Amino acid sequence: MDNLIKMSTKDLDFYYSDFHALIDISLDFYANQVTALIGPSGCGKSTLLRCLNRMNDLIPNTRMEGDIVLDGHDIYEPNVDVVALRRRVGMVFQKPNPFPKTVFENVGYGLRVNGISDKAFISERVEKTLRQAALWDEVKDRLHDSALGLSGGQQQRLCIARAMAVEPEVLLMDEPCSALDPIATQKIEELIHQLKKTYTIIIVTHNMQQAARVSDITAFFYLGKLIETDKTETIFTRPQFTQTSDYITGRFG
Amino acid sequence: MNESNTSSMDLNTVLPESAEKFQGRKSDVSQAKPDFQRRRKIFQGFMFSLFKISAAINGIALLIVVYFLVVRGWRAINWTFLTQPPLESMTKGGILPCIVGTLCLSLGAILVALPIGVASAIYLNEYAKPGRILRVIRLGINNLAGVPSIVFGLFGLALFVVWLHFGVSILSGALTLGAMTLPVIIGASEEALRGVPDTYREASLGLGATRWQTIYKVVLPAALPGILTGAILGISRAAGETAPIMFTAAVFFTPTLPSSIFDEIMALPYHIYVLATAGTEIEATRHLQYGTALVLIFLVLGLNLIAIIYRAHLRRKIH
Repeated sequence: MDNLIKMSTKDLDFYYSDFHALIDISLDFYANQVTALIGPSGCGKSTLLRCLNRMNDLIPNTRMEGDIVLDGHDIYEPNVDVVALRRRVGMVFQKPNPFPKTVFENVGYGLRVNGISDKAFISERVEKTLRQAALWDEVKDRLHDSALGLSGGQQQRLCIARAMAVEPEVLLMDEPCSALDPIATQKIEELIHQLKKTYTIIIVTHNMQQAARVSDITAFFYLGKLIETDKTETIFTRPQFTQTSDYITGRFG
Repeated sequence: MNESNTSSMDLNTVLPESAEKFQGRKSDVSQAKPDFQRRRKIFQGFMFSLFKISAAINGIALLIVVYFLVVRGWRAINWTFLTQPPLESMTKGGILPCIVGTLCLSLGAILVALPIGVASAIYLNEYAKPGRILRVIRLGINNLAGVPSIVFGLFGLALFVVWLHFGVSILSGALTLGAMTLPVIIGASEEALRGVPDTYREASLGLGATRWQTIYKVVLPAALPGILTGAILGISRAAGETAPIMFTAAVFFTPTLPSSIFDEIMALPYHIYVLATAGTEIEATRHLQYGTALVLIFLVLGLNLIAIIYRAHLRRKIH
């Protein structure tokens, strides 16, 4: 693990009212690497993901303790601008959620809300990110049609393009392929391989093969605890804990 | 230790037995009560017919009302009726001032109620934290919806006409009607905002948009068709009300059209009321009363139609 630490959590605890959802999580995320968060449903991996761009701030009656550091700065300090933080730490959601707007407006949205109004610049960036997301050829003739007319896989790649358009540094992906067919899934996985040259990627997945294929580092969670984390190869071939090996071989979860 | 031993023993002895029982019961179900299936089908048919009849009564009621008005009132309707002021103690001539008056009042009411109503709905649904204050505000809105319209009339008289010195005028009437339609607009707008999936909000916030940008650029456009439904209901209600405007805006008779929002006006529902109860020629003007009612109904339908067409256009744009 020669890469720089881009983001890390330290002694992180998270509560939904009385429910202790994350217990003492300390985990580093390395720049230009894909980190996969795996574990059975309800183990807290999505909660952790949503702590990293403070999306959990929106949920009432939640409480977080501990630190999350991005480039050496605590993102939960009171003077941190949450809106600016979310621009730097982008997110792709479980279900494709394009806005009920045109393809073009979807990708340009993040630029517009961040104060960019130069039309030439926006259309240049829209084309560039759609190409990066391997979607340009499929949508270049329907840029001004509604994004809701695209297929599920196209919609998800559009959402990835939309997230990339604002040039985040970290990209959080919450089971981005769970609603997609195998071909669309393959396209997204190829895309993730491309994207890690530019971004730090953290991906939650229920699909063991996917974790093995796309990630460099894997972290296994169980009942709110981080059981173990290592290079993906090591986790899948020589896990240290029986819970980990039971889970990845499909004995539970 | 002991306990766990006995329970596992029980499990072994009980399991095969219960499996047999289950099999026996399965054949029971398929043979049970030969006429039961027939009876429940008949009962279902009976209930569905009941629902169908209930729904049909609604449609029939509307048809009867329209039929009644057309039969009694169509003879009154002609070009003069629609384009001239009333003449000869309102027994001849037309109802143009009333048409203009009702248009001014209902559009004015929606102009007042729509911004305030939508803004309130945004506060209640997007900003306010759940708690006692929110419950109290909701309670207030629900009670506002239940206040009789004549009470709104008195409220408008006291507040707008007298205290704020707006006089009997379009302004006073529109504000009063606006206050009355507020709960309708708030209700429909809240419903529309709740219908916007949270995934839109999360996607927008995740891109570094502020909450207001999210509401303004994503949530409101998606909710607009539903909000328009509220506006349609509001306009319909405002156009047809008599009690709120009888002290605040409408007058018995004025031959001229209004030139400012501080002018008093005639209005269709109030005109019907005047002709039918307070005029000197109640019987002789019967056909004018029905004719006026017919115009009122078609005016409301026309206003609704504009909003419905615009709503359909918006929905097409979204999907």
